[in-house]
Amino acid sequence: MANLKLTNASKVYGNVPVLTDINLEIEQGELIVFVGPSGCGKSTLLRMIAGLESISSGQLEIDGKLMNHVPPAKRGIAMVFQSYALYPHLTVRDNMSFALKIAKVPAAEITRIVEEAAKSLQLTDYLDRLPKALSGGQRQRVAIGRAIVRDPKIFLFDEPLSNLDAALRVATRIEIAQLKEKMPQSTMVYVTHDQVEAMTLATRIVVLNNRGIEQVGTPLELYQKPANTFVATFIGSPAMNLLPATVTESGTQTRVSLGQGATATVPIATTKGDQNLVFSLGARPEDMQITDTDDYIFQGKIKYIEALGEITLVYFENPHGTVPIIAKVPGIVDFVRGQLLKFSVAADKLQLFDQQGLSCKYRAG
Amino acid sequence: MGSILGKNSPLTWVVHISVLLLVILWTIPTVGLLVSSIRDKDQLVATGWWTSFSTVERNLIKRSAPASEQLKEAGNYVLKGNVFADQSGIVTAFGWRSQQPAAFIPGKTVQMRKGKTLTIEVDGSYLLSSPTAFTSKRGARLFVTVLEAPIFTLDNYSEVLFAEGLGKSFLNTMTVTIPATVIPILIAAFAAYALAWMEFPGRAIFLAMVVGLLVVPLQMSLIPLLKLYTTIGIGKSYIGIWLAHTGFGLPLAIYLLRNYIAGLPREIIESARVDGANDFQIFVKIILPLSFPALASFAIFQFLWVWNDLLIATVFLGNNEEQLVMTGRLREMLGSRGGNWEILTASAFVSILVPLMVFFSLQKYLVRGLLSGSVKGG
Repeated sequence: MANLKLTNASKVYGNVPVLTDINLEIEQGELIVFVGPSGCGKSTLLRMIAGLESISSGQLEIDGKLMNHVPPAKRGIAMVFQSYALYPHLTVRDNMSFALKIAKVPAAEITRIVEEAAKSLQLTDYLDRLPKALSGGQRQRVAIGRAIVRDPKIFLFDEPLSNLDAALRVATRIEIAQLKEKMPQSTMVYVTHDQVEAMTLATRIVVLNNRGIEQVGTPLELYQKPANTFVATFIGSPAMNLLPATVTESGTQTRVSLGQGATATVPIATTKGDQNLVFSLGARPEDMQITDTDDYIFQGKIKYIEALGEITLVYFENPHGTVPIIAKVPGIVDFVRGQLLKFSVAADKLQLFDQQGLSCKYRAG
Repeated sequence: MGSILGKNSPLTWVVHISVLLLVILWTIPTVGLLVSSIRDKDQLVATGWWTSFSTVERNLIKRSAPASEQLKEAGNYVLKGNVFADQSGIVTAFGWRSQQPAAFIPGKTVQMRKGKTLTIEVDGSYLLSSPTAFTSKRGARLFVTVLEAPIFTLDNYSEVLFAEGLGKSFLNTMTVTIPATVIPILIAAFAAYALAWMEFPGRAIFLAMVVGLLVVPLQMSLIPLLKLYTTIGIGKSYIGIWLAHTGFGLPLAIYLLRNYIAGLPREIIESARVDGANDFQIFVKIILPLSFPALASFAIFQFLWVWNDLLIATVFLGNNEEQLVMTGRLREMLGSRGGNWEILTASAFVSILVPLMVFFSLQKYLVRGLLSGSVKGG
């Protein structure tokens, strides 16, 4: 049974549509990450699930019950906010017991639950402090603790790590992963714009863009089989290189011409109708391999080099657009600016997208 | 300050000195009032308050003991006593005629008319002797120039509080001020929360109306309101003035509190909502404690304004003992006791004492409340 189900859910502010026809099913025990560029509506979607934003049309069901007009507290959810949203005038203990007191849980029971949660989050020593006397990471743990004590069916995280510094972010990310492991039955929905968080935490990622869902899938699915150019360029860093490719031979294998005499054969089926159309060939920077042969897909002069030690990023002028072509070369290399390099990519790692930007792998037929 | 401007910047000194000067300038009248109010009333009339801590030289007219206390010593009738009565002081000169009140030095024996002699010692003891019996029932006039130690006394306060009726007026003012401060804050806090965080149709219009009411001069509503009170039977009463002050204070209160409450982080309120709190619980458990600086700063404003108000009290309260407030009493005293500085200064100080206490106990919230827009937290 689906734990959470959105059917044609839409959100409109005045006349401005923010989200259109969202269809999504989340199973119990999953950790779903909503990811997307800023302004794509991912936080709005989370707040619609929480009940903090109304649902303009469509349905939200939790455990099979329609939740569109149920107040937040009765949905069986708990939310962790970006800014922690701790009650500044209450101690850690009171912050964590607030919801239980409102729900009129007996005092002894509250003490037990709160202390148990505090113990699992290493907050026992801080129970009588005010939030202002805590560090950022501790505050975040209190916010998580406040969610845990309510024992919700679904945890909602709204960019919980974006206010932490880089080192703390990694530590807290691991804590959240461990928390999920401890509670395999609880469902979590997590919003972030950080794709590392998305890739490491998620059981499934929902990529949102332009008022809708672009693709839903496991992290590696999104990486290996992006449904369209948006997902292809959004997942992975640096972004996937897209080269204009004219289809010269269609069939189960497709042969494309990449200009400047470069060609490639990809094991992706195309139809006769695709012949002579200009598609996009996708090649991830980390798959680009330097070659001397004529079997290259791209050649260019080095425009800029970023040496990061373990890898080196090499930037090339893109003859077909403004986004530079990037190659990720392992280790330290002694290239110079202006040097001419040729790259090849293993055929099974190439992606082919049609004129609408949709992956040819997924096209009907 | 020093770290911003640099340690040796002359500007720092200019700033410090100007601030010091301003503070002194602004506190001098209050200090003068306080000092004057605890001085002896005769000294107050003779010299300024700034001389009150040093010994004062004054010309006094004293009288000797009446004739009934005369004794007969060595054939002469004598009158003995001390010009300072039960106090102490130093006599620097004396005389027996009003034309020459300081003609002689103390200790000297001076010839008066009809063979009488007068001696006044430095400590103020005098000896008046005469070959014939004294007859004056009021005693002879003695002119002395004395150095008087400063006298500080709380008599002025006890006089204004108990004899002049200021104590009763003080209670009347309290009776007006406390409800007239608490009621508008209560109403305004509820209204401010609703206007800031609850969605309902016409919210913007309501807010605009409240802000619009800020510009209505209250004098315009005095007569209609009093007529209304008389018609519905409230008349001149405490209920009436509480309602009037509440009404006049509400627009500013709602406006200030709404701005503060609207500035509280949205996520805290949403978090409470997810935690299951309804609007009333959010208001009581989250908004009220977090708005304390704003509530306190408005409380100070409203308290001071009501405390110092004369106009509304004159219109909506009677002039009798049960209803006359302190400002009204002070105004009456200015007329009836205009020359009695000790009464006026003590009364004035009684009237500013409570506002001073309120201000100093809440001043940190006043500053925070005024900065509420620009500084996060609280």
